Amino acid sequence: MDALPALLDGFAAAAQPENLLWALVGVMLGTFVGVLPGIGPAMTLALLLPLTYSLDPAPALILFAGIYYGGMYGGSTTSILLNAPGESSSVMTAIEGNKMARAGRGAQALATAAIGSFVAGTIATVLLIFTAPAMASFAVSLKAQDYFAITLLSFVAVSTVLGSSPVRGLAALALGLTLGLIGIDALTGQQRLTFGVDSLSTGIDTVVVAVALFAVGEALWIAAHLRQAPAEVMSSSTPWMNRSDWRRSWPAWLRGTALGFPFGALPAGGAEMPTFLSYSLEKKLTRHPEEFGHGAIEGVAGPEAANNASAAGTLVTLLALGIPTTATAAVMLSAFQRYDLQPGPQLFENTPDVVWALLASLLIGNVMLLVLNLPLAPLWARLLKLPRPYLYSGILFFSILGSFSVNQNPTDILVLVVLGLLGFLMRRYGLPVVPTVIGVILGPTSEGKLRQALQVSNGDWSTLWATGFAITVYVVIVALLTLAVVRAVAAKRTSLVDSAEAPEREHAGV
Amino acid sequence: MRKFQTLVAAGAAVVAVTALAGCSGSEGDTAVRIMVPNSPGGGYDTTARVAAKIVEDDKINDTVEVYNLEGAGGTTGLAKLVGSKGKDGELMLMGLGVVGAVYTNQSDSTLADTTPIARLISEPDILVVPADSPYKTLEDLVADWTESPGDFPVGGGSSPGGPDHLAAHLTAEAVGVTPTDVNYVVYDGGGPLLAALLSGEVELGVSGLGEYKDQIQAGQLRVLGVTSGERVEGFDAPTLTEQGVDLEFTNWRGLVAPPGIDDAEQDRLVSMVEELHDTPEWEDAMAENGWTDALLTGDEFGDYMSEQDEQVQGLLDELGLV
Repeated sequence: MDALPALLDGFAAAAQPENLLWALVGVMLGTFVGVLPGIGPAMTLALLLPLTYSLDPAPALILFAGIYYGGMYGGSTTSILLNAPGESSSVMTAIEGNKMARAGRGAQALATAAIGSFVAGTIATVLLIFTAPAMASFAVSLKAQDYFAITLLSFVAVSTVLGSSPVRGLAALALGLTLGLIGIDALTGQQRLTFGVDSLSTGIDTVVVAVALFAVGEALWIAAHLRQAPAEVMSSSTPWMNRSDWRRSWPAWLRGTALGFPFGALPAGGAEMPTFLSYSLEKKLTRHPEEFGHGAIEGVAGPEAANNASAAGTLVTLLALGIPTTATAAVMLSAFQRYDLQPGPQLFENTPDVVWALLASLLIGNVMLLVLNLPLAPLWARLLKLPRPYLYSGILFFSILGSFSVNQNPTDILVLVVLGLLGFLMRRYGLPVVPTVIGVILGPTSEGKLRQALQVSNGDWSTLWATGFAITVYVVIVALLTLAVVRAVAAKRTSLVDSAEAPEREHAGV
Repeated sequence: MRKFQTLVAAGAAVVAVTALAGCSGSEGDTAVRIMVPNSPGGGYDTTARVAAKIVEDDKINDTVEVYNLEGAGGTTGLAKLVGSKGKDGELMLMGLGVVGAVYTNQSDSTLADTTPIARLISEPDILVVPADSPYKTLEDLVADWTESPGDFPVGGGSSPGGPDHLAAHLTAEAVGVTPTDVNYVVYDGGGPLLAALLSGEVELGVSGLGEYKDQIQAGQLRVLGVTSGERVEGFDAPTLTEQGVDLEFTNWRGLVAPPGIDDAEQDRLVSMVEELHDTPEWEDAMAENGWTDALLTGDEFGDYMSEQDEQVQGLLDELGLV
């Protein structure tokens, strides 16, 4: 373990007051941009890149890593409080998190997200330090058909746990897959479903879709029912997590970490898929299935841990191979190159001092994030005590601002409004919106990988189950489906009488 | 009341950051804005930001702002540039990729609509295989490629019409593989292509020279050929021509301005680029990034672009992509 002394040297470097200050600035800025829908860490880093030319490599990279980790955390705040995910990796957090917030447990949801992010970030960073080379060589051994299998697994896992009606779930998923087709086909350069509108040719940004369907749809729904529905009760419980919250959160944090870290390291993994899988897993394993859909804390703890762990995973492939797996990592890569540090096989040998200072500062940054965010949780949660008309007009304002700032494209605002109306109608007719958002996020990856696999094999379909990894994933899928069918049959036998659909069904889909 | 104040403060801060992100430019007399029509961190972005920094540091111009407007292979940015007709101080960084993207994206705006300022740099493409590949020379590889092109996936980091796509097909044509038979697999840039090479998913990778400097030095990748006319310093790799393949191909990057600007403005921007070109910092930056100096200014650059345009159109036509 020659990593340990090197890490200690790294701590010595990272703990210099100046570097600590940069880490602090980084996590604060990161949290802030993570909160805003549309402004992600990637854009922040690109804006800051020229300003850091005058810095030494170590402080600059420490600043950037702080922004990255902070951004991953910050995305959860708006998801939980406003049902407006700041990043696509926070979509799953919104499902249970927002339900918790509306039941007056916003502070607990924010706390489990903050602590979960800390736990996951710390464990994953330690894993990064000790397993980077092995992890990286596994990550690049996966081929297109393996990724396709994983996306199928995500679709199946999510759709078996979501919603009461499989038909509605599948319809919503199909809607999402269709939205995901919009834009120029990467393989052939053909325009698909763009109807001659130039600005649709890049496709619809996933953040715009998520914000429209969640936040705008919700705001319209509330507006339409403002007079009929009584104001929701915000019980004022204590702002801290109680014993049962802790007991239910920690296994979810660990499972989320276990999913998030490897996915982050995969060149085509990303932060979204592990959050989907984590949510499904928690819903399957929970002892409180009745709470899912009404604010189950595991549903926040798992996905939040997963997206933070994936950020550390991303650094595995970035540092060990020089392969950026997210937009943020791509900007970090160019920052490395600016300082003549070429991430890749030689990085650890050529410039160990910078790398170890960076790794140590990630651990320090994680502590800072926790210290900063935990006391803020009850304060943020009080935002929901605003009268609803003000709260929702504020949500609409930030939704529009965020959608515009993704690409500074006015058409995106129009898309936001149209999809927001769609979100309203889906609520009206009882279609769940989550499968739609998942379809938009995963559809293009799934399609791209399928076609890539078939192209590489020159059209031979058997390539799809030609690798051991893919076969393993298909076995898991079959097991999941079998389990779902068995459960459905068993449920039918025990309660033949229980037929009349609950009237809340109309609003069940978030 | 305190809560309200906090909210207002937070709101104001949010608006400030968003405005910053939106980059509403300062309208000075001499201020120059360079639009990068694709993502932060890419080749265009690096070129623009390096150039902007040197221009500012050496006081060639007071303010040079770089911003990104992604989309449709660069044609979203092109449309915006063409739309800001007659506007002073606007530039767009572009290159061979945008030439092809105009066709594959069926863009209404073309490069012929813009005012040419300068070609800055060029960069050859390379043909690479992973270290454990059975192919040691281009000759070995060509034997298998020509035999069954469909079973021989070739990966590239650019979409149809982009430089890697063009280089792959031109190489194929030059070694006797029918371009329409090439099994070209698109990857989203150099990173994913590297992963595909290392996992053995593709047999051959086509990429810009600068992309894999370190991996080549570390012995992870082997270069079978460089597409430039002469060998590149620091790269122990033969050119295509010295291996008997009649092909010279270089990717290039340059700057264009909106249509309808007056001659004085065009001259101002051209001389700004010329001054940049003469700085020692620019020379260092080129060496650092593996770029070759390829300065060509004003209308000569315009003529060069239309030549390139014809070539690209010809090839895409042959491939049935136009």
